[in-house]
Amino acid sequence: MTRARTALAKPKPSRGRFDAYVREDRVHRAIYTDPAIFEEEMTKVFGGTWVYLGHESEIPAPYDFRLGRLGLRPIILTRDRAGAVHALFNRCMHRGATVCREPRGSARSFTCAYHGWTYDCAGRLTGVAYPKAYGPGFDKAALSLREVPFVQTYRGFVFGTMNPAAPALPDYLGNARPLLDRWMDRFPGPIVVRSRAHRMTYRGNWKLAFDNAADAYHAPFSHRSIQEMTTARYGFGRSLSHFAGDPDDGPMYVQSLGGGHTFLDQRPAMGDSLWAQDRPIPGGDAAVAALRARHGDAEAARLLELAVGEGMNLNVFPNLLIIGNQIQVIEPLAVDRTCLTWYATTIASGVPDEINTLRMRMQEDFPNFGEPDDQANFEECQVGLTIPEIEWLDLGRGLRAGEPTDERGVTTGRVTSEVTLRGYLQEWKRLMNADVELTVAVAGRGTDGP
Amino acid sequence: MTGRAPTPASAADPSQTSLWVDDAFYARLEAEIAAWQGEGTPVDEATRRACEALLHREARLLDAGRLRDWLALFTDECLYWIPAAPGGGAPRREVSLAFDDRRRLLDRIARLETGSAWSQVPPSRTARLVANVEATAGDAPDEVRVRSTFVVHELRRGVVRALAGWYGHVLRRESGAWKIARKMVNLLECEEGLENLSLVL
Repeated sequence: MTRARTALAKPKPSRGRFDAYVREDRVHRAIYTDPAIFEEEMTKVFGGTWVYLGHESEIPAPYDFRLGRLGLRPIILTRDRAGAVHALFNRCMHRGATVCREPRGSARSFTCAYHGWTYDCAGRLTGVAYPKAYGPGFDKAALSLREVPFVQTYRGFVFGTMNPAAPALPDYLGNARPLLDRWMDRFPGPIVVRSRAHRMTYRGNWKLAFDNAADAYHAPFSHRSIQEMTTARYGFGRSLSHFAGDPDDGPMYVQSLGGGHTFLDQRPAMGDSLWAQDRPIPGGDAAVAALRARHGDAEAARLLELAVGEGMNLNVFPNLLIIGNQIQVIEPLAVDRTCLTWYATTIASGVPDEINTLRMRMQEDFPNFGEPDDQANFEECQVGLTIPEIEWLDLGRGLRAGEPTDERGVTTGRVTSEVTLRGYLQEWKRLMNADVELTVAVAGRGTDGP
Repeated sequence: MTGRAPTPASAADPSQTSLWVDDAFYARLEAEIAAWQGEGTPVDEATRRACEALLHREARLLDAGRLRDWLALFTDECLYWIPAAPGGGAPRREVSLAFDDRRRLLDRIARLETGSAWSQVPPSRTARLVANVEATAGDAPDEVRVRSTFVVHELRRGVVRALAGWYGHVLRRESGAWKIARKMVNLLECEEGLENLSLVL
């Protein structure tokens, strides 16, 4: 294969350097606040490991594309004429301008607006203006767009890495894989992304979102307003009522899955009907009436469960969070700025249209009534963490509880344990301590590797 | 498009049920998305001024944080809608930034009133301008479509930002007074990353 190696800007040797930041029971503030560490993360984590890039259903047909990012690198996720998915770097090989500026669409080729270089949807340079000036030996193929060298899909989820030493994607997903299967297999048809999204930006580090995704400890506090409002309006027993009392006395649990992946399982405490537990949603009563009239009470009840997200938070390090019905994606923008995008999902087949409409209404609930409060707290963390003299964040919950680790490497803790934070930060440290040599591929030349 | 028959009284309390957000409701909403793109037939100047006065009053109540008084400006069966797609998109198939019937609006207000909705602690201060008000005939004799441009300046945690776009209000005359049946908030940045959108627009 042909690789263009990144020859300049060799990072300083990493070995052991990050041991100082991640201890067993605490983590240093600098990993949230230091721009230099952020810059290294954008190589060693976002690039050095598998990163979620998008869902195949967002580009369902040949020539479809949508813009995205691998870390801070602008990419175009494309589907070529033969149906293969590419993650092209959105950078003209001539002067560096982006060649695609529409957020999504369908295009057989991308023409740079600056000097007119044209690339096909697989990234191959197909034409330059006035080529005579380049002389007779002009190697057009060498100036094709660069692309993410390793792009693999797992059941619709598209991941990319620039690290030839990364494991194969199914191995990388590891213990998260059967849970991802479970999340999808609950539905009669494929889960697809066909909707717009909630793109919620906050003034805080990207890891604050990953921290939070398997943190059950925050729910009764950060989301107190939801529980108070729901109980006042609809009585006790709905929404987050399963966090009442000391949640560690109940059947919920969290797991560090290994590889940085984490899991929070609320299902054991959520009762028989997810639909009955959720707050009522716009059009819910009309849909219940229509479904009962058409399908009978029992079938209607079965279908309504499919409108509701299961009480699973499955977090695939570093940037994919499967929470409820949503595919959430963490997009780092700067050391203290992040976009958390909630992609609403649709069941592609096997359910009446009302169910997917209910899913949309359901998927408006938490982005309106829950996530803004979390993000407000993330922002206040970022403010507090600016104090240089107060160096450490505590990670001690559950550390001395004798949490068991099974033969798969999964460590299980009571639901408010911080075993998930301790677990993923070990993977973060491992990646940051390793020197990686990232590669890019020349479009049209193929790659080998993971 | 014709008006819908009212929901039977037994199930009609829209603060508790959402039976009326049905197929016919969505069909009407989708037709309305198209109607907002048209020129429409201007209403008489007195009506336009009455509609504009209602929009100004609404803006004042929102700036004052008087959300219960604000909600009283709406009809019982009402919608407060911030599409995630410019102009509205496909509300049955796509998620919205907000899609509140009366029941969910009451949830929204009750949550903000708890004092523990941290995204609004401390609360935003806002100053909003509503301008370029055009009022055209609605789908029924007692309905008017009002299109306006808005700018909301919001101060929160020491930072001022501006949110702008256009409002689409469907106003209905009930017992001689104009009320808001549907309010669509078309934000310029509806497809972009947005910080803390917990204020009521």
